[in-house]
Amino acid sequence: MSTMTRPIATTRSATGIPTGKLAVWWVIGSEIVIFGGLLASYVMFRLGHPEWAEYASHTNTWFGGANTFVLLTSSLFAVLAHHAAVHGDGKTAAKWLLGTCGGGLVFLCIKAVEWTGEIQHGYTITANGFWSFYYTAAGIHALHVIAGCIIMLIIAKQAWNGKELQRVELIGIYWHFVDIVWIFLFPLLYIAK
Amino acid sequence: MTQGLYDFIKSIFAPLGDYLIGSSVPVGSSFAGDIDALIALVAVFVGFWALLAYAAFFFLIFRFRARDGQRAQYVTGEEKDLKRWITYPHAAIILCDLVIVFMAIMVWYDIKQRLPEPDSTIRIVAQQWAWNFVHPGPDNELDTDDDINTFNELHVQEGTTYHYELISKDVLHDFSVPVFRLKQDAIPGRVMKGWFKPTKAGEYDIQCAEMCGIGHGIMGARIVVETPEEHAAWMSQGSAGKVASR
Amino acid sequence: MAEAGTVDTHGAHDADHGHHEQSFVSKYIFSTDHKIIGMQYMFTGIVMALIGGYMSYAFRMQLAFPGESVPGYGVVSQGEYNALVTNHGTIMIFWVAMPMLIAAFGNYLIPLMIGADDMVFPRINRLSYQIFLISAIILIASFFVPGGGFGGAWTSYPPLSANAEYNLTPYGATFWLVAVALEFVAFLLGGINFITTLMNSRAPGMKMHDIPMVLWMIIIASILFMASVGPLIAGAIMLFMDQVVGTGFFDPDRGGDPVLWQHLFWFFGHPEVYVVLLPAMGIVAEIICTFARKKLFNYKLILYTAFATGIISFFVWAHHQFVAGIDPRMANVFTITTLIISIPIAEMLFLYIATLYGGSIRLTTPMLWALSFIAEFLIGGITGIFLGASGSDIYFHDTYFVLAHFHYTFFPIAIIGFFAGITYWFPKMFGRMMNEALGKIHFWGTIIAFNFIFIPLFILGAAGQHRRIYNFQNFPDLAGMQDLRVIATSALLVMLVFQAIFLFNFVYSLFKGKPAGKNPWKANTLEWTADSPPPHGNWPELPNCYRGPYEYSVPGREDDYWPQDVPPDTAPAE
Repeated sequence: MSTMTRPIATTRSATGIPTGKLAVWWVIGSEIVIFGGLLASYVMFRLGHPEWAEYASHTNTWFGGANTFVLLTSSLFAVLAHHAAVHGDGKTAAKWLLGTCGGGLVFLCIKAVEWTGEIQHGYTITANGFWSFYYTAAGIHALHVIAGCIIMLIIAKQAWNGKELQRVELIGIYWHFVDIVWIFLFPLLYIAK
Repeated sequence: MTQGLYDFIKSIFAPLGDYLIGSSVPVGSSFAGDIDALIALVAVFVGFWALLAYAAFFFLIFRFRARDGQRAQYVTGEEKDLKRWITYPHAAIILCDLVIVFMAIMVWYDIKQRLPEPDSTIRIVAQQWAWNFVHPGPDNELDTDDDINTFNELHVQEGTTYHYELISKDVLHDFSVPVFRLKQDAIPGRVMKGWFKPTKAGEYDIQCAEMCGIGHGIMGARIVVETPEEHAAWMSQGSAGKVASR
Repeated sequence: MAEAGTVDTHGAHDADHGHHEQSFVSKYIFSTDHKIIGMQYMFTGIVMALIGGYMSYAFRMQLAFPGESVPGYGVVSQGEYNALVTNHGTIMIFWVAMPMLIAAFGNYLIPLMIGADDMVFPRINRLSYQIFLISAIILIASFFVPGGGFGGAWTSYPPLSANAEYNLTPYGATFWLVAVALEFVAFLLGGINFITTLMNSRAPGMKMHDIPMVLWMIIIASILFMASVGPLIAGAIMLFMDQVVGTGFFDPDRGGDPVLWQHLFWFFGHPEVYVVLLPAMGIVAEIICTFARKKLFNYKLILYTAFATGIISFFVWAHHQFVAGIDPRMANVFTITTLIISIPIAEMLFLYIATLYGGSIRLTTPMLWALSFIAEFLIGGITGIFLGASGSDIYFHDTYFVLAHFHYTFFPIAIIGFFAGITYWFPKMFGRMMNEALGKIHFWGTIIAFNFIFIPLFILGAAGQHRRIYNFQNFPDLAGMQDLRVIATSALLVMLVFQAIFLFNFVYSLFKGKPAGKNPWKANTLEWTADSPPPHGNWPELPNCYRGPYEYSVPGREDDYWPQDVPPDTAPAE
């Protein structure tokens, strides 16, 4: 509602930590438990099903590695965006955020190519338990990448206009978390064969 | 030594257990009395504390009801003499819990962690929505030609130690015999093993104790505990005519 | 400023806030005001409670008079029976207990009790309610899809829940699952506001130990929820995939494991019961202090027991799975942890009872509810010991004993806790007093009837009656106990009738209740210094905090209460 003015409550900080940051850490906390549950279930299954090692051998470590590099680079861009925002340079921050978003898009494109190939080879989500986890876990992660990109574009637009620069750091924190989830997924799905 | 301590404590509570549970559900297995005694022990301990708490509760409400001209006291709850009313019961409850834990673990170990030497083994097959029972027949071996298959009616012999192999063909079910105080989930893809020893002849309910779909409520069966003579007579009939009436 | 005699059911005037007048739709339907959002949660919760109550009416009538047509429902078929008990439980926990205790009272009270003008993120707050409302609509829609509502029990164990061939409710099962998952998302979003607002937006001078206990309880509950729901969301995603895409996460024929779901479910399910218990205990704390004119007995210790309960609650979950095929040795571990958790809860109850010592106790309607919470929850708590001890649980698992146990915990939490809170804060919310006489009649009718419903169920459970069975005439050993079932159902009918008194009292008092003024109970906490009802923004000038929330009956002071916002060197204003 554009007529709404910000409550005084939002600007207070009895803990000294800005409320936006508390909020982002809360979101990340809940996501950690969600992904944690999913990945813990995967590990339990993997330990109980030695045959999954054979299934896992068909993942493409090059694609996975490339995506890891892409995400890490995009996180670097997010750090540079924060740096610019701290110095009040909204336009530069916005540009770096676009770069981060671009990295996310590249990630998704590589995924699309990768998955197309795998599906054509018969490694579908219902092929067996390993592939069910593979697509589910990476799929949920990809949804978080998409959501992050959308929010990042909104914040980039605001930063371009010099507004809400403190949010650049916050979306950066979220993006680093998305990156870290991938850092866990990569060895579990691609390296442990 | 732990067995001796267990037996001693159990003997104190066994009569009450008989009264609380045994009076409405027959004590039908070798371990049913153990469970009843454990229930009685817990009932006595928690009942004691509940009565104490209720007594304090109602007394304080009455004693400190609002009266004209009288003001409440300013009590922080950190005063040593008042805090004692919390910390002493706190410690006593921990002691009670230790006894309960000890007795519960002993009972649990006996029923669920160990498998005594069996006199016979039966197979229980749960499915939506009926029970199939495979009795080993006169040769006392499962998966032989003289096995007796029944539908919704299990025949066992009093005083015999049985192992059961519990399987499910579809969803989760649970083999539950209240007079034995026995219960075990049936999980598709696994064979669940356990034991029981019937001690009282008669015919009793078997219930399914895990939601298994629309027919969960019609999945009752009957267990027929027979004397050795009755059981021998039943077995000699073979598989012919072994469909239960339900 | 609110005007006496104004009919304002939602309590938000924005005249002081510098806006132009808002339309009805933007003021009430799309509001970002925490008070309105709190009311939206509350009214949705009340509607869902009526639906959940209606379901219990239908299935209890079937149990008492099997096969007969239930007035206002029809004949309850086997499949419908399962759907009724499944959705009764699901609705009562997720769409009644949680919204009423956490979202309604939390949203309404947190800013008011800490002296803030709203939550930190009002638009996220509004979004959380909107998602919650959508989840409720999806759940209700599940009853009208082909095949009807999901009937696999509120625990939704696979393979039954994963496979339409087994559960025969292909759409209902998925609608149910999506509704529950969305409800989780709504509460995660709501939690953002609770934690940030309480931590950061407190009035100047309000230190951690000046925070009213109910707010601590709501925050701990939010944290518990957030930390425990993740694995179940993961599980729900997997179950959704099994249902809709055809994966085999929980299908043993495809290498899956049905028991994994149980672990994921109960890892959340057990902390969840404390998620709803703690806020109810918080409400009870506020009321007892106000009407006994006493400080809470050892505030710090109560807080420690709440934290202890929360932490231990993560280590007890498999007591729901003793006979479910877990390693039998693990059962001993969980017996120990479960008995351990009973200790801080017992201590909390003792501390509450101790708060009565030295008091000046007035048995107003809210106080009656608060005290009855303690009396009834005590029974729920002690009967849990029978279930936490693995040996006795073999007998009691899946019987009506469990059912009676959790109704003696959940009913105090959700229903008594709600009535306690609403009768206490109604004057603040709506500017008018509820009728005391009607309140007391409603109280006694509800409480007495409640006990007559569930004590027979304890007896039936101890006699071996199992759960989720639509007709006990099918079981020769149980058929003869029909009288107890009829008693329980009759008591339920009585209890439902008495709720009409509450509804009448509520609506009548909205329009004709005596004007309440700011502080009809002479309580200390900050919400009582705002107008009744508070305007948008809550105060023209936000208050400061000078002391703790329970400075009642301070020696040497003329008044027996000392509000938190009164500066120390002046006598409290009248």
